[in-house]
Amino acid sequence: MSHHIVAVDELQYHYPDGTRALNGVNFMITHGESVAIVGANGAGKSTLLLHLNGYLTPQRGTVQIGDFPVTKQTLQEVRRTVGMVFQDPDDQLFMPTVMDDVAFGPRNLKLPEETVQQRVTAALEQVDALHLKDRPPHRLSGGEKRAVAIASVLSMTPDILVMDEPTTGLDPHARRLLIRRLDSFEHTKIIATHDLDLVLDLCQRTIVINDGQVMADGPTGEIFQNETLLAGSHLEKPLRMQGCPVCGKVESD
Amino acid sequence: MAGINRTLFDLDTLDLLAYRDSVVHRLDPRAKLLTTLVFIVCVVSHGRYEIAALLPYLIYPMALLILADLPAGYLGKKLLLVAPFAFFIGLFNPMIDHEVILRIGSQPITGGWLSFGSIMLRFTLTVGAALILVATTSFHGICFALEKFHAPRIFVMQLLFLYRYLFVLIDQAVRLVRARTLRSHRGRGLGIKSYAPLIGQLLLHTMDRAQRIHLAMLCRGFTGEIRLGRKLNIGRPEVAFTLGWSLLFILFRLVNFPWILGAWTTGIFQ
Repeated sequence: MSHHIVAVDELQYHYPDGTRALNGVNFMITHGESVAIVGANGAGKSTLLLHLNGYLTPQRGTVQIGDFPVTKQTLQEVRRTVGMVFQDPDDQLFMPTVMDDVAFGPRNLKLPEETVQQRVTAALEQVDALHLKDRPPHRLSGGEKRAVAIASVLSMTPDILVMDEPTTGLDPHARRLLIRRLDSFEHTKIIATHDLDLVLDLCQRTIVINDGQVMADGPTGEIFQNETLLAGSHLEKPLRMQGCPVCGKVESD
Repeated sequence: MAGINRTLFDLDTLDLLAYRDSVVHRLDPRAKLLTTLVFIVCVVSHGRYEIAALLPYLIYPMALLILADLPAGYLGKKLLLVAPFAFFIGLFNPMIDHEVILRIGSQPITGGWLSFGSIMLRFTLTVGAALILVATTSFHGICFALEKFHAPRIFVMQLLFLYRYLFVLIDQAVRLVRARTLRSHRGRGLGIKSYAPLIGQLLLHTMDRAQRIHLAMLCRGFTGEIRLGRKLNIGRPEVAFTLGWSLLFILFRLVNFPWILGAWTTGIFQ
């Protein structure tokens, strides 16, 4: 096992209508790293994420997950390795009850039902949602839905977690809980988000995407100090790094 | 706007009823589904002028209403909501069928009116039983039962997705309608002209969502078959419930108790 690296090399993709979404993206993420992918709306973040689980196949360039380049033949293995958490949990929770939903992946792996149940319990416990197991998804709050959506991916025991805007629509408390929870995971994490304060909490490394290209790739602290770079990519410093609106003091870590 | 909101709320109420706890709720969905099917088949297989023989069947919905502690008023309203369908099906019978079948006192009753009454009674019984089934079993419980009965998988999956996304869809529709209402003035902008693009929008949203759901399924190893793997338990209460009620329905079907009772009482007075 070459330790769950994610290597993207000269990745290009344009949509059928001609829109160039990715224009030669390069990066390499190694085992256990937690990396943020930030950029303006339409910068190509979502398209990039869709390549990481093989939903889109590269038109040019390559994507490699662990030992496998992402191709049609390796899809099953890639999808077992990469767990993808979607922006809207309603898209992800499609089974009638929470338990069935979390069991969906393991059952597709054709595991014996006992193992499936063990995995479901373990995954739900990891996100403190075991008490929700018999509820239908439409009876969950936003925060609960998000937690269950993550559990539904964890039950596949992926090595790499890919998340698209994990904090959208959460109240501050639920957001804080989610951040703490994600911080406790030891998976390789790739998080596409506009919530730059979350990036400060969770990701040591940040990749800035603009116009389908990597504008910058480096330690989060450094990237967020570079105001020209941020402005050029329609971003701004995380609120915590901006001065206090009352006294102008900046929080120092 | 209020209309569609109310629909959502009502659907919610029916859905919530299924999460209550009672003797009936605890039964395996298969027992309730099978019993309801036997009930419906027995009810609809009676002759078209039959009214009296159908009356004993009322005991089943009534017993379940009491045992499961369901709100009769709410379910009655649901029944009324769909009643017009049955009403219009039976409406022409009295106009076409003028043959006098029986007399109450000196009042002649034609076959048309009898069959109309029979249709309405059957409708109340069958739809009532179906509503009670949903209110005590939950929609997905029924789907699991169907799956165990080897109903076509694709059909079961369609029903499960319908149940899951109906709430999401109605929610989305409510938001669209609200957005339209808030930007219309004195009824302008509410007509059919803006209705068409609204429905179009909803369709597009739905198709987008379907694509995202499919993607989510693929990401978790979906290969074309959904495995439910749900364990259900058939025990003594289930066997007793199904057998007991089914035998009673078959008895009602074979023996016309109201007629016997009528003959017996008239016999006493003669």
